Amino acid sequence: MSAALVGGVDVGSTQTKAVVMDDTRVAGRAIVDTGARLTEAAGAAFRQALDAAGAGEADVACVIGTGYGRFRVAFGHAQVTEISCHARGAVYLFPGTRSVLDIGGQDTKAIRVSETGQVLDFCMNDKCSAGTGRFLGAASQALELPLGELGPLALRAKNPVTMTTTCTVFAESEILGWLARGRKTEDVLAGVHAAIASRSLALLRRVGIEPEITFTGGVARNVAMVKLLADLTGVPLNVGEDSHYCGAIGAALYALDRVLVGAEAGAGSS
Amino acid sequence: MTTGAPSRIGIIRNEGRRLMERWWTEMTAADEAQRPTAYVFVMGSLDEILRVFDLPINYPEITSLQTAVRGRSLPLLQAAEGYGYSPDICGYVKADVGLQLQDRRHPNGRVPKPALAIATNMCNTYIKWAEIWEQMYRCPVFVLDLPAWRGDRAAPDPRGGAFRHDRRYVEGQLRDLITLCERLTGKRFDIDRLREVLAEVNRMAGAYHAVLALNRHRPAPFSAIREGVVFQGISNLYRGTPEGTRFFELAADELRERIHRGMGALEEKYRLLLSGTTCYAALRRFAELFEEWGGVFVHSTYMLFAGGGFASGFEYDVARPLESLAEMLLLSAWRGFSTPMFFAQDWLAETVRDWAVDGICFHGVKSCRTTSTGLPDVREWLRTRYDIPGLFIQSDLVDPRLWSDAQLKNRIDAFIESLAARRAAPAPTRLA
Repeated sequence: MSAALVGGVDVGSTQTKAVVMDDTRVAGRAIVDTGARLTEAAGAAFRQALDAAGAGEADVACVIGTGYGRFRVAFGHAQVTEISCHARGAVYLFPGTRSVLDIGGQDTKAIRVSETGQVLDFCMNDKCSAGTGRFLGAASQALELPLGELGPLALRAKNPVTMTTTCTVFAESEILGWLARGRKTEDVLAGVHAAIASRSLALLRRVGIEPEITFTGGVARNVAMVKLLADLTGVPLNVGEDSHYCGAIGAALYALDRVLVGAEAGAGSS
Repeated sequence: MTTGAPSRIGIIRNEGRRLMERWWTEMTAADEAQRPTAYVFVMGSLDEILRVFDLPINYPEITSLQTAVRGRSLPLLQAAEGYGYSPDICGYVKADVGLQLQDRRHPNGRVPKPALAIATNMCNTYIKWAEIWEQMYRCPVFVLDLPAWRGDRAAPDPRGGAFRHDRRYVEGQLRDLITLCERLTGKRFDIDRLREVLAEVNRMAGAYHAVLALNRHRPAPFSAIREGVVFQGISNLYRGTPEGTRFFELAADELRERIHRGMGALEEKYRLLLSGTTCYAALRRFAELFEEWGGVFVHSTYMLFAGGGFASGFEYDVARPLESLAEMLLLSAWRGFSTPMFFAQDWLAETVRDWAVDGICFHGVKSCRTTSTGLPDVREWLRTRYDIPGLFIQSDLVDPRLWSDAQLKNRIDAFIESLAARRAAPAPTRLA
């Protein structure tokens, strides 16, 4: 195989995602926990993605780093923010995408995109992590439930509570407060999801909701959040197998730009 | 510029520093001599009248921001919070309270005690802030009530009956202030001296606006954040003085030379407009985050609404000084509220057009709702109506605890990437 592959590595606050692509498809993907050693996490994820693609480092012409740890992708050729990468990746995965909602570990981003995947506008949560994936993490800890079970359980709610805060720090005490009042776990969880969805909707409205909406990031795997957001926006959300890898895919597409037209291409890569 | 004339490059930095140091020397001397000093605010300072009485004038908003620029604001904020002030209160106020609590010892010198505090209703914090000094020092507080806002966005008509009534109302208050200053200083009011000060403000305003207009040039010869903070400082501290006017004339000379030599503030790729203030606790870093992409701020709303009333575009009529001062205050209050500060969209859109701006950065200040409320709405309005790209970020004026570097960098990088993408042609999507 000649150096006809490109790579994207998305070093997020919670997880690091890597993909290896040729010009048409994702050839390999991998995900690892980011932890405290960002450079090592980036390397591990990328190696695993290469293994999954049956390729070696020599087969890759260019790698772009993205996410908060993008400058720690030591083997990367350039960096592009995850805002640009999620926009690009979302349009690649779902070409009809015009709005992107990315709920990650510490950030929620609403992005309006062009048909070519360029960012037209974006809004992000305030500097605190209120209403992000971390809020679900706090709920998971407070309820002693695995993250993957939160969504299905929340869908069983009959009488959801109203959470008064989406502050991650105060989430635990409020959840415990509802449980102490005898409310069912699924009703409390539904309230948690509704609080996050409500804040996410406000961000989407800030950039202007335009279908199709593609939901990306780790929280896109949460079925309750997908349903709630679809109910609130009134349109079904695009979610796919690779939604969690959207940022890494976008980064790989920017890497492809660089290979095709040189280093100046793409979203102002630094 | 004539061939062989000495270079003007460096005058803004050197002369700005000299004037700032001189002001601090005078403040410290006034404190040592226990001279009666007036505390004023940048919007509605009334220093035109105070200069007639040769009163030293302290600008606590400026001394507060200087503590942040010097990296010394945090202990002052903590001292104020320990004293009982909420973290939500204006950072300028808390830095000043902290300064007062540490016996007015500022990193740059010593601030005198207030013998008089002057506040207007141009900021909803001013009056409460002045009352703090009143309680601390038992000094009189003079509150100038400016009925500039009459429920719609239409500019006041100076020939209209309501305006004439308002002018008489303000003029009466100015006469009260003059009586108070006479009692405080033992000096008689000299209306000819007021005429001189007003004429000097007219000259200074002309020079100030000439400086701002030079940044229409591409590349922009100065940064509205880096040099802008110097311009704002001098425009307030030296308002109505020949030194102030001279500074802006010299600054214009330097900027014309920069233009003549093709010297931009940096290698300019993107021309930006700042809506709101910068973060003084991270003044350099704020600029750097944009400059590393070739982004230069060519203008800011703050350079107008905190420019000592220069936003009004008003020229004093020295033949009727008190009446003219009252008119300027009314118009300045209306324009200060309506154009760059509230309902900023029209001014921003015009500036984007006239200064060839690529995008606007809206900087919300956590501890100042007055200047921050509405910024996201204005951003959205300009995007939907004129397709003007806008970035909304938040930190604070002087509180370093509210500066989150990684998150701000992420947002700024993404914004510049989106500006780059707007310029770039669509990229090919398949390998050949």
